Amino acid sequence: MTDLVIIGGGPAGMSAAISAYENGIKDIVILERDDELGGILRQCIHNGFGLHKFKEELTGPEYAHRYAKKVRDLGINVKLNTMVLDITKDKRVIATNSQEGVFEIQARAIILAMGCRERAKGALNIAGSRPSGIYSAGTAQKLVNVKGYLPGKEIVILGSGDIGLIMARRMTLEGACVKAVCELMPYSSGLARNIEQCLNDFNIPLRLSHTVVELHGRERLEGVTIARVDENRRPIKESYEFIPCDTLLLSCGLIPENELTKGIGAELSSVTNGSVVDQNRETTVSGVFSCGNVLHVHDLVDYVSEEAEIAGKGASEYIKGINKKGASIGITVDGKIRYTVPQIITEKKDVTVYLRVNNVYKNVKINVYDKDRLVLSKKKLKVAPAEMEAVKLSASMLEGVESLKFVLEEEK
Amino acid sequence: MNRTLTCIACPLGCTLSVELEGKDIISVSGNTCPRGKEYAISECTHPVRTLTTTMRCENGELVSVKTSKPIPKERVFDALAVINKTVARLPIAVGDVLISDLFGSDVVATMEKRK
Ligand code: SF4
Repeated sequence: MTDLVIIGGGPAGMSAAISAYENGIKDIVILERDDELGGILRQCIHNGFGLHKFKEELTGPEYAHRYAKKVRDLGINVKLNTMVLDITKDKRVIATNSQEGVFEIQARAIILAMGCRERAKGALNIAGSRPSGIYSAGTAQKLVNVKGYLPGKEIVILGSGDIGLIMARRMTLEGACVKAVCELMPYSSGLARNIEQCLNDFNIPLRLSHTVVELHGRERLEGVTIARVDENRRPIKESYEFIPCDTLLLSCGLIPENELTKGIGAELSSVTNGSVVDQNRETTVSGVFSCGNVLHVHDLVDYVSEEAEIAGKGASEYIKGINKKGASIGITVDGKIRYTVPQIITEKKDVTVYLRVNNVYKNVKINVYDKDRLVLSKKKLKVAPAEMEAVKLSASMLEGVESLKFVLEEEK
Repeated sequence: MNRTLTCIACPLGCTLSVELEGKDIISVSGNTCPRGKEYAISECTHPVRTLTTTMRCENGELVSVKTSKPIPKERVFDALAVINKTVARLPIAVGDVLISDLFGSDVVATMEKRK
């Protein structure tokens, strides 16, 4: 029997482990499929990480290094090159690596921290053959930053999420010519600073409301046809434009990697594609927690670490048999607010609720209602899908509350 | 004259308005914190950027590196040319200086590399 098994040794898994350890749980094992701790941060060599946590700007590898060092210094057990095959409802973790073969660990509590993968499918709904030269932005990032291999010379990027923007700069620095970044939506889902320092710095055009409609080339990509889209996101014929290029990068968003979670029977949210959790990040299966990008996709790793600390503390309380649950307050949203995390509050204490909106809105209020009674109202000059918002609820606000509804109200 | 900038000093990305008279900065607004003002002034006088990239190691693998300070924006590609010509000796610890004084900054390792 192991007190705590953590699946994934990226930023979420490492931070959860440290938090659980500091809350008194010493019997921990982290299972990581790669040959080092750090997860996706290892290939994110750009800076911009850690301003919240460390009050300085770090690169991805540096941010990962700080946590990996702490994990090592605390003597937390880590199994690298280890694939988790299955997790059962009674918290047995079945895993494999080359030294131990297939083995099983019975856990008292489990923290899911498997991260996310790139969304690729929908984006490839493009006419034409399937020549080589088409990569997901994350794959290209790994090729360039870890393997040292430039996938192409003339690049078009579809999707303006942060990875796409970061890769536009990275490929340019490595000597490629990025001809355009096309974004289907009328706004970018990437951070404003990345549009500035990754595109504008190099005069790379951002084509909003544009998509790729056709691929050209037989063996290797020779070009793409792009088009402007109407309000219904349908390509406008008259706007077709051919751009010669040898490489197309797809940066079409991330999706939580929840194959293992399904096996446990934890309820998943159709909006986040992650588990439904309470304020401790405990899933609907008791003793199983979830945090980081496997729970919902974050824009800042600092928030991933924070969330993982909550999960680590929650798991430690669970293992110690501390149960303060005495409520069941479900949180619903209006649609303009796409989702909240947590989705349910089971303890009347101070809780920070994170949320994400479905569009760019200006001069809004985030209103929290208990039926018709306004519990809290938070003004925002601007909210955007790229940026997670946080709303702090105090224990006293939750007194007598049965359910909460989060509503985005636009000011006239 | 007015110039509108996006502050890149943190992920918030505030929109900054800079009031200019010739080359003199009269006022900066729109910044949420003092770093925004600093950024606006630097951007309107002498723009700088922190460069992050990779360097070859003697065993053929890559080590991620950054400039320890922002360097003049117009020197970014010159700095890259120097970094790309340099081969790093192993082992490397985070923070090791791999090239010193390149356009006023050091080039330091951002990851560990064992022999
Ligand atoms: S002004 Fe301050 S808060 Fe706003 S983006 Fe710049 S550094 Fe961040």
